[in-house]
This record gives sequence, structure tokens and C-alpha cells, in this order.
Amino acid sequence: MSEERAERATEPEGATPEVVGAPVIQTEAKGQRPEAGRRNTIYELDDVGVSYGGVPAVREVDFPIYENEITALIGPSGCGKSTLIRCLNRMNDLIPTAEVTGKVVYHGQNLYDDSIDPVQVRKRIGMVFQKPNPFPKSIYDNIAFGPRVLGTKGDMDEIVENALRRGALWDEVKDRLKANAFGMSGGQQQRLCIARALATNPDVVLMDEPCSALDPISTGRIEDLMFELKEDYSIVIVTHNMQQAARVSNMTAFFTVELDADEKHRTGRVIEYDDTEKVFTNPSDERTEAYVTGKVG
Amino acid sequence: MNTVAEASLSRKVVERASTGQRTRDLMFRLALLASLSMGFVVLAALVIDVVSDGASKLSLDFLTSFPSRISPENTGVESALIGTVYLMILCALFIVPVGVATAVYLEEYANRESRLSRLIEVNIQNLAAVPSVVYGILGLAFIVRGPLGLGPVLLAGALTLGLLVLPVVIIVSREAIRAVPSSIREGSLALGATQWQTIWKHVLPGALPGVATGVILALSRAIGETAPLLVIGAATFARFNPEGITDRFTAMPLAIFEFISDADTDFRAAGAAAILVLLALLVVMNAGAIFLRNRYERKW
Repeated sequence: MSEERAERATEPEGATPEVVGAPVIQTEAKGQRPEAGRRNTIYELDDVGVSYGGVPAVREVDFPIYENEITALIGPSGCGKSTLIRCLNRMNDLIPTAEVTGKVVYHGQNLYDDSIDPVQVRKRIGMVFQKPNPFPKSIYDNIAFGPRVLGTKGDMDEIVENALRRGALWDEVKDRLKANAFGMSGGQQQRLCIARALATNPDVVLMDEPCSALDPISTGRIEDLMFELKEDYSIVIVTHNMQQAARVSNMTAFFTVELDADEKHRTGRVIEYDDTEKVFTNPSDERTEAYVTGKVG
Repeated sequence: MNTVAEASLSRKVVERASTGQRTRDLMFRLALLASLSMGFVVLAALVIDVVSDGASKLSLDFLTSFPSRISPENTGVESALIGTVYLMILCALFIVPVGVATAVYLEEYANRESRLSRLIEVNIQNLAAVPSVVYGILGLAFIVRGPLGLGPVLLAGALTLGLLVLPVVIIVSREAIRAVPSSIREGSLALGATQWQTIWKHVLPGALPGVATGVILALSRAIGETAPLLVIGAATFARFNPEGITDRFTAMPLAIFEFISDADTDFRAAGAAAILVLLALLVVMNAGAIFLRNRYERKW
């Protein structure tokens, strides 16, 4: 590892900080990571921008997201992290004024092609939200809802048990599956929401600040869970918590907010995207460094 | 020791309110009480008056006899009571699907910013304030005669009353649907559910208590409506029960209208008894609405 870092330090860094994604291409080209050969791209973001009612919220996002890794999106409030993550499963469609430009290529398909049905997209790509949002139903029905709408065949009890086990919740709730999910603690509710997302057997799990409403112990449990889950799933997480991004993620994208030329609108952009270790220990952009070390933000 | 110290402290720091302030406070509270008792006294006077006039007439026979023009002892409200129950059932069957579907469309599908949906919204609010007699004229022109041409039958009465209370149902249902938090919709859609599955499995069940309460309150407005039924030509005196939706009918408010307009005080006592029956129906319906609201109301 130290050898790897030393090698990178010799690279001509930050020559053109605007060219995001460039460091990654270098990384791949040099094949520094031992698993580089096994690293598959699951998303390719190509000049993605989102505007609300004509006002750009985030623009020029260009980076790949890798399979079976945890990709963290960090940056100050209003930089468009949540907006961007909601492009990855077309949740932005729910906001009538939102307009997405560029390409969100998922396994070679642009998710924003006219031929793509957003419902089909969301069947493959699960999402966990900032605030736990269990349905006002039993724990069992919360998990079973996804498989039921997908028309999943098989023993529903088994599907529910599997999902709850993967969500590290089974032992706590196995005796009260028929109890209302609203009676659970916040951390349990959030793990239920994760288990619910896993029950449909998605390919990717998107997490939009999943721990922001939880105490440190619940947060720790969810982070442990994420480590286990990345064996089987690709995870993209938005977080405000620098330590969390540093602890759990493999890749980190740092967003920042820029004022327009006319200084009216604030738009988010990606400043740096690289291995998490590099972003936190040896960032190539001084704005990233200021943010991750806590000087700003 | 402690209490003595506190007492001396309070004497120094906290002064008593001046007499003027205390008087003003008292006056204000009395004024509020007076306003409150206005409504209460009027209602109490009404109920006491009606009870003293009609209680003696109230009996099972009164509920199970047809009205009579000759003998006030044998008169009753059977046809009106049955007509009213049928009217309410038919009316509910009409307003629930139409009102809820309209509310779902306006809340979940329509683009709220568009000119058309804002026009519809303003229209619905205005329709809720249109006098009921105007709905009677509408019912007469379009349902009893005109395009539908049903005649002055039960179905025509139910549709007319339905049109009258539909705006209320739509407005209440929209509020109930809006009260279902968007995080529930997002959670469902993110699992790959379609919009229809989301509405059917999550939004409507969540909105159900509110919708049911609204429907009952709308029906309790419809149950007392007299003018539209008079205008569409419903009977005020009927010695028969409606047996189908295309039969002629009478209803409680019409029976009351008929009794009260009689010169004979004995018939007017029967009117008071009929009012008591209608009030009892109203209390039961409103109690049902309150029960539903308290029992199934969700805290999100």
C-alpha cells in the first residue's frame, strides 16, 4: 500500500483540476490496484447535469462507479450529492421541474433513454433514504411488499427471513414479524428499510445519508452492514460525515458548490474523484483537502 | 428554610399584576364564554323545544307507520325513513368512487402548476359554496328531465344530493391524500412499484380514515337537505316505500316539511318527533365519523 501511494505521489497532480475523473483513468491505466483486473464498471456518468426549473443544481458530473464497491459522495450542503444519487435510479422523475442532461449509463444502457421504463430501473436499483421510511404495516409486510409487486415466485417466509438476515435484523425481530414497523427504534427502522431494499435482490443499493437520523451505535451497525453487503451489491452512499466516508467507502467523489458567472445560482460540481484513501490522505485539489481536514464545511 | 427564602425572593422580584390588568383579563374571558354560550344556548333551546313538542309522539309505531292526513295519532315516518336510508346508501355509492378518484387524480397525477388543474381546483372550491337549491335545479334539468330523464325517483334524488356534496368529498379526500407523507410514496416507488401500486397499496390505505370521515360528514350534510329534493319533485307525502332505485320516494326532511306546514298542532308535534329522528340519525353518523378519525388516525 505504501508503495502504491509513493508511486502516485510522483504523478503530476492537479495540473487541470477541472478534468474530473482523470486521476481514475490514470489509476486504471497503471493498474495499481491489485484487483484492477476484476474491477467492473457498473455506472458510467457522462456529463450528467440536473436542473430544477431551469436552474442548474449540479453539472458536468463525469465518473465511473464500480461493481461491489462502496462509492461515497461527499461535499457541503447544496452541492447536488442527493440530486445526483437520485439520478441513478430515476427518482428525480418524481419532481416535475427536474431535468436531467447527459448520460447515466448503467451496464451499457443510458437510463435516461426514452425507451427505458423508470419502474424497471428501480426494480434493479434499490434505495435507502435519509429518514427511515417504513410503511405503516407489519415488519413482515414491509419486506414482502417489494417481492410481491415484482411478482417474485417462491416461499415468501423464506424471502422475508433472508432479507432480514442480510439486513442484520433477523435475530431482533424474528419473534414479532407481525408487529407494526412503527414500533421499532430509528436504527432498526433504517435496517428494515435496507432489508426491504435487499428483498427485491437489487444490483445496486443507493443510500442517501442513511445514518443522518441515527445515533452513533446504530450508525456503526449500519456501517458494519455495508461492509458485508458490498460482497454482493454495489453501494453508492451520500454522506455528510467525513469519517463515515473514510471508514466505509472504496471510492470517494468530492463535490463543491460554485457560484455562477452572474453570481446568482449555486451549482454543484465534482472536484475530485479517486480512491478514498487518496482523497483523504493526499487529495490533489486544495479545496478537497480543506474540506476533508475540516478547515471548511 | 428553603420555602421562606423563595417566598421572600418572589416578593421582591415578582410583583402582583395590577387590578386593572386583572379586570381586563377577567372581562376578556367572560366575553369568550359569552360567545361560546351563544351557540350552545341556541342549540339547547332548539333541542329542548323539539323534545318537549315531539317526545310524546315518538314511539316504535311512529317509525313503522306511513304518514296519515286524517289522524295525527296514527301518522308516522316509515316511508320517509326508508327513503332517507336508501338515499344515503345510493349517494355514498356515487360520491365515494367519483370523489376519491377525482382527488387521486388531482393529487397524484395532475401537474399542480398547470392552468387547467388550478382552474379545476378553484371550480371545486366554488362548487362547494353553491346554494343547494341550485343543485336542485341542475338535478331537475339534467337528471329528472333532460339528458338522463330518470323522473323524480330515488336514483335521481341520490345523484342530485351526490352532486351537491361531491365538492366536499373531493376537498376532504385531497387533504387526506396529501397527509400521506411523500417518503412513503418514495419508499414504494424505489422498490420498483408502479405509481398505481403505490397509490393502491400505500396512499389510499393511509388516506382511508380521512376519506371515510369526510364522506360521513358530507352525507350528514346531504341527509338534511330539503330544497333540492323539493325542486326535483320528490314526494312530500308517500304512503308507500320505495322498492327500487327507480321508484318514487320521500325523505325525512320532506316529511318534516309536510308535517310542519299543517295547521293542526298535533301534526306539528309529529313534525317535532320527525326532527328528533333526523337528529338521532345525524348524531349517529357524526359519532361514527369521530370514532373513525380517532381509531384509525395515523401519526406519521
